[in-house]
Amino acid sequence: MDELELKQKENSEETPLDKNVRLMSPTQMLLRRFFRSKLSILGLVMVIGLFLFCFLGPVFYTQWSETQVDRTQRLTQEKSSEISYTVDGVEYEVKQVRDRLTSDNYKASPSGEHLLGTDNMAYDVLARLMYGGRVSLLVSFMTVILMTILGVIIGGIAGYFGGVADNIIMRICDILMCLPGIPILMILSSAMDGWVEAQMIEEGMRIYILMFFLTLISWPGIARLVRGQILSLREQEYMVAAEAMGYSTSRKIFKHLVPNVMPQLIVQMSLSLGSMILYEATLSYLNMGIKAPYTAWGSMINIITTDPDILQNYPFIWVPAGVCIVIAVLGFNFVGDGLRDALDPKARR
Amino acid sequence: MLKYILKRLGYSLLVLFGVSLIIYFLTRLMPIDFVKNKVVAVQTSGATVDTEMVDAMYEAYGLSENAGFMDIMKGYLGWLGDLCRFDLGTSFKYSIPVTEKIAMHMGTSFMIALIATIFEFMIAIPLGITAATHQYSLRDYVVTILVMIGISLPAFFFGNILKNWLSYQLGWFPASGLVDATTDYSGIDQLIDYGRHVFIPILTVVILSIGARMRMTRTNMLEVMNSDYIRTARAKGLKESVVINKHAFRNTLIPLVTSLAGLLPSLFSGAIITEQVFDLPGIGNIALDAMNAGDIPFIMGYNMFLAVLSVLGVLLADLMYAIVDPRVKLE
Repeated sequence: MDELELKQKENSEETPLDKNVRLMSPTQMLLRRFFRSKLSILGLVMVIGLFLFCFLGPVFYTQWSETQVDRTQRLTQEKSSEISYTVDGVEYEVKQVRDRLTSDNYKASPSGEHLLGTDNMAYDVLARLMYGGRVSLLVSFMTVILMTILGVIIGGIAGYFGGVADNIIMRICDILMCLPGIPILMILSSAMDGWVEAQMIEEGMRIYILMFFLTLISWPGIARLVRGQILSLREQEYMVAAEAMGYSTSRKIFKHLVPNVMPQLIVQMSLSLGSMILYEATLSYLNMGIKAPYTAWGSMINIITTDPDILQNYPFIWVPAGVCIVIAVLGFNFVGDGLRDALDPKARR
Repeated sequence: MLKYILKRLGYSLLVLFGVSLIIYFLTRLMPIDFVKNKVVAVQTSGATVDTEMVDAMYEAYGLSENAGFMDIMKGYLGWLGDLCRFDLGTSFKYSIPVTEKIAMHMGTSFMIALIATIFEFMIAIPLGITAATHQYSLRDYVVTILVMIGISLPAFFFGNILKNWLSYQLGWFPASGLVDATTDYSGIDQLIDYGRHVFIPILTVVILSIGARMRMTRTNMLEVMNSDYIRTARAKGLKESVVINKHAFRNTLIPLVTSLAGLLPSLFSGAIITEQVFDLPGIGNIALDAMNAGDIPFIMGYNMFLAVLSVLGVLLADLMYAIVDPRVKLE
């Protein structure tokens, strides 16, 4: 039926074949399949939106900066704790209420002045959300890129050379994969407390050093993926051809093998981005990351551990940061999933 | 089979040796002054710490001023020797042997993790099956999006949201701890009290972990549903429910059972963040406190404990794979 229609069309219009057929490169095909899924588009929108919010947001929202305290004084009523008396069998509860001027405008509710209110230190929540997001996103990106580079090089060597090198690298992978992530970073963070005390490093460097260490222990996932792919690609005919052409080893690995691993690698990278954001947020939440006056999304939620009052009565201080983390992780997961489905030849609809 | 197991055990020991090296040298990165300050802080906070014990600790870990390479090696070998005898040293924060402290709190963590895992499997597997059998339908999309949100939630954020909502705003459940300090329950009341305390933590863990399990079931199920024998079963005129539950689902059990075996040891390891949020006396929360106090013996012991559990998990999963799937031959 379709063929018949096509023939009729061809006969009627008399167009040459190459005009009738649209040529698509593999990348175009991949992109078309990727954008066919609504979830992938949603993910992409979420990720791009967050990036714009964090990196362009402060350009437009200039009223407050990350470390600027709102010094406006405000009248508050300070209540003392209740004291109960019993006079002639009747119980009285007495509470003293005093008017007091605060030194700064802390825990202010969302208003025109502060769109998301201020936190317990009178910093503007919205501004900190943007600047904190920069740290969280940058750190996770750096970690994933570094981890991928390490994983590709090491996995490439293991897969291409095999034998003893492969054996040793795979055993190292086994060891690193058995290391408990957060607890190991807890040791390192503790060591860094000592270094900061001894003034060997600066306080602001903590999160970068921690995440750098995280890359050192999390490359095995990527390395295994690359190794597995290369092991199967090594036997393909075009590799025999490359051999016959007398190409150098590095050219064979990085020009012929690695580009063919790229699709799976990109999927793995976008999924890793989500988990790295979660890692960074957890470290910041445990107060191992960036320290005041600077902030990250996880640190903005850490506030509730020191002041339980905020948890109950001031959700605008800590909930937005959590929502940002969820949007970031969800966005990267959607994109990664969309890419994986687009690359999977079996999942074609 | 026996030969294979022995070989794998040997490999596991090798892996554990590597892990112990990394843990020891990481700990050695701590400046000695810092450790001393931490010990002093614990002493001034009222805990009874023997000076002798602290000195013994320094000696045991080779933690002394300007220690040379040989001292460090001696410290490591000494620690490794103790490790082989299951002696993890004495925690100076808690003033009891580390193994004893771990054993004391393992139960709480295990109980919570076990119940959470049971619920996780009970909810995730049916969800995965319906998502797979109704692929690309509205149902598939809704379930997928919901579990993806679950995967993307940070434990500390979601835990606090639930705590604020269910316990502070609605007042249905206690916010923290494992027992009610003001009352003295016994028997069935005590059990109910426990249940009320662990309800929100378990809910948190279940919602966060359903996603991975559901997606695994869905993928496996989709793979099986495309195979020839499913087409044959349908062609025979079998009911769809029989095709799905008897022919398809049974064949997705292999990875599920294997992952269950791999999960078993990790049930003991404790969920650091969840336990911290709900202030449960589980092993993760204890370790966090120990870390903040600079309690080196405990934190090294805890890390080693976790490594042993994960090595055991991999080993069990591999063995289980061979037992469940007769096509797999061990070499």
